[in-house]
Amino acid sequence: MRDMMDPVKYFTNKHQQLQDLKKDSALSVIRNKGLEAFTRLGIPTLKHEEWKHTRISGLFNKDFEYTIDQAVPSLSEKEIKALRLPGHEEANEIVFVNGCYSSSLSRISTGDHQLRIMPLEEAAQNEYREFVSKHLGHSGNYLKDGINALNTAFAHEGVFIHVKKGHAIEYPIYLYHITDSRSNNSYSQVRNLIHVSESAQVQMVQTFATIGPLESFTNEVTEIVAERDSITSFYKIQNENSNANLVSTTHIHQIGKSQTHTVTISLDGGIVRNNLNMVLDAENCESHLSGLYLIKGQTHVDNHTTVDNVKPNCFSNELYKGIMDEQATGVFNGKIFVRPQAQKTNAYQSNKNVLLSDKASVNTKPQLEIFADDVKCSHGCTVGSLDEEALFYLRSRGIGEKTAQSLLLHGFAADILENIKIKPIRDYIDHLITKRLEYDES
Amino acid sequence: MLTIRNLHAGIEEREILNGINLNIKAGEVHAIMGPNGSGKSTLASVLAGREGYTVSRGKVDFLGKNLLELSPEDRAREGLFLAFQYPVEIPGVSTTNFIKTALNEIRKYNGEEPLDALGFLKLMKERMKLLQIDQSLLSRSLNEGFSGGEKKRNEIFQMIMLQPKLAILDETDSGLDIDALRIVAQGVNQFRSKENGILVVTHYQRLLDYIVPDFVHVLYNGRIVKSGTKELALELEEKGYDFIKNTTSETEPA
Repeated sequence: MRDMMDPVKYFTNKHQQLQDLKKDSALSVIRNKGLEAFTRLGIPTLKHEEWKHTRISGLFNKDFEYTIDQAVPSLSEKEIKALRLPGHEEANEIVFVNGCYSSSLSRISTGDHQLRIMPLEEAAQNEYREFVSKHLGHSGNYLKDGINALNTAFAHEGVFIHVKKGHAIEYPIYLYHITDSRSNNSYSQVRNLIHVSESAQVQMVQTFATIGPLESFTNEVTEIVAERDSITSFYKIQNENSNANLVSTTHIHQIGKSQTHTVTISLDGGIVRNNLNMVLDAENCESHLSGLYLIKGQTHVDNHTTVDNVKPNCFSNELYKGIMDEQATGVFNGKIFVRPQAQKTNAYQSNKNVLLSDKASVNTKPQLEIFADDVKCSHGCTVGSLDEEALFYLRSRGIGEKTAQSLLLHGFAADILENIKIKPIRDYIDHLITKRLEYDES
Repeated sequence: MLTIRNLHAGIEEREILNGINLNIKAGEVHAIMGPNGSGKSTLASVLAGREGYTVSRGKVDFLGKNLLELSPEDRAREGLFLAFQYPVEIPGVSTTNFIKTALNEIRKYNGEEPLDALGFLKLMKERMKLLQIDQSLLSRSLNEGFSGGEKKRNEIFQMIMLQPKLAILDETDSGLDIDALRIVAQGVNQFRSKENGILVVTHYQRLLDYIVPDFVHVLYNGRIVKSGTKELALELEEKGYDFIKNTTSETEPA
């Protein structure tokens, strides 16, 4: 960080500034706890079991600048337009710049009676105060590291989203996380809390973008609380460039019998770490997790997932696939916990990887901790190169080697894409993947 | 069309083909029969360009080109087709997309315009009927979860879509019930013409009741030990391969 001090000191000072600025908020209590945890835990090094393949501490030694309570940098309509995702005409759009919610750049079309979106600070002081105090920071019970704690220590400029009881929101919510690195290396944090009420349905798409040639480092945490009979879909799209680093944490607490679908797509970036925690905290919850990392260059993508079966009769299905080319590195760590009382748990996990170059690598680690005796759990992982026999089959029909390879890789990724239920988004990612696989033709 | 001269080939150090000579002209159907391990599938694989086989001696000329120098895709583009004994399952790639890509790459190689989506669909619909292939099968992932019969029918369907000059059918009859066998044979017979050559590789005579060959060759220990007309297949069926084994051991020095 810029002041050449150690990161803990740097952020402690920043934290103090923030606390002085914003005193009367339920958030300041949560932030204090966050700072306390951060000072205790510090920045994880490679010695930290959960970070042994991702050198996150290296980023904290870089010349990043973190500004609190800044004016939201102005972005032109043209700049925003370039970042918009397909289907945005029929979507609610929430824009964050450098971690701050920008109401002027955001566009909410769904009515207040179905969907409420407000700054987190506002929610912490109005009728949602109790909900915020109860649920914000829940992820800290699971992520025992300084990165998540650091985000908590600065929880302020995010949003609170309330999907109201019984409403299936027609328009998906697009969340844009934009970092402005035009004049300096920029560090930003954002913390969101989303409440999906009883019998509500919502689809969300989260994407990240860096504007400017310098480096960005985003530490983002979104906590979702899903109530009884709700259906939540949460899609992440990460397609930045090598200057953009990201720790993206999604913590979903299913407190009633509910369904969740998450898809994490990582196509480009510097260091990318995704934490996805599912807490199945009611009977008969269902959770579908899938992900695709299709990376090259020196991109590093680390997916850490946890499915915590707290109550009986829950079902989870997890499939992550990776394609690594050039010197890209992938990490998959999938934990499944089955608590003693969580009988009749059904939990499946699979991680499949294709390495396209000798210098690419992946570390994959399934981790099952089962404390109940009547459960069905399975896991498996594969790492390999492209199937030679399949390649020959395609070539024997006149399809050139490169095209055959593209077809096979596209086919490999296809079942992950099918999980994306917003058609313009699915088509868009399909297009990005097709383009990527063809561009590799040299 | 295809001239194989003194072909020696094998996997690693093991020689499987010990001097094959074979000449196929346009319009001819040849059958290669032989017991298990005689080198039938090796011959098919070497001709199609499967990796892992080394050719130590001999020449293969296909329509005036040195076949062994061509990549597998260029062999196909020149007009060679291999119907696989074990068609590969390709998840995530639809049969339609696969055939369309193949067809257009072949057309491009031969300086023809690619078929557009509409033209392709029309062609496909027309030829689907021939093999009683259902549309839904073609939109599914290539061979994934197909029954044995569906896989083999799909191979022949690909053949009639791609219209090669020479088709090699590697044990196309294996795993087929009698109805599927008839449908497959019907597809092959439809394809049969004065311009095309067909090489049927099979263990059993059964298929040759439906695809009647002009010539039958018996492969044993990597060599063609006997050639004849379709009657030879019947003789083999009657006497079994031991008849060949016995006669060849007499003629070959110990």
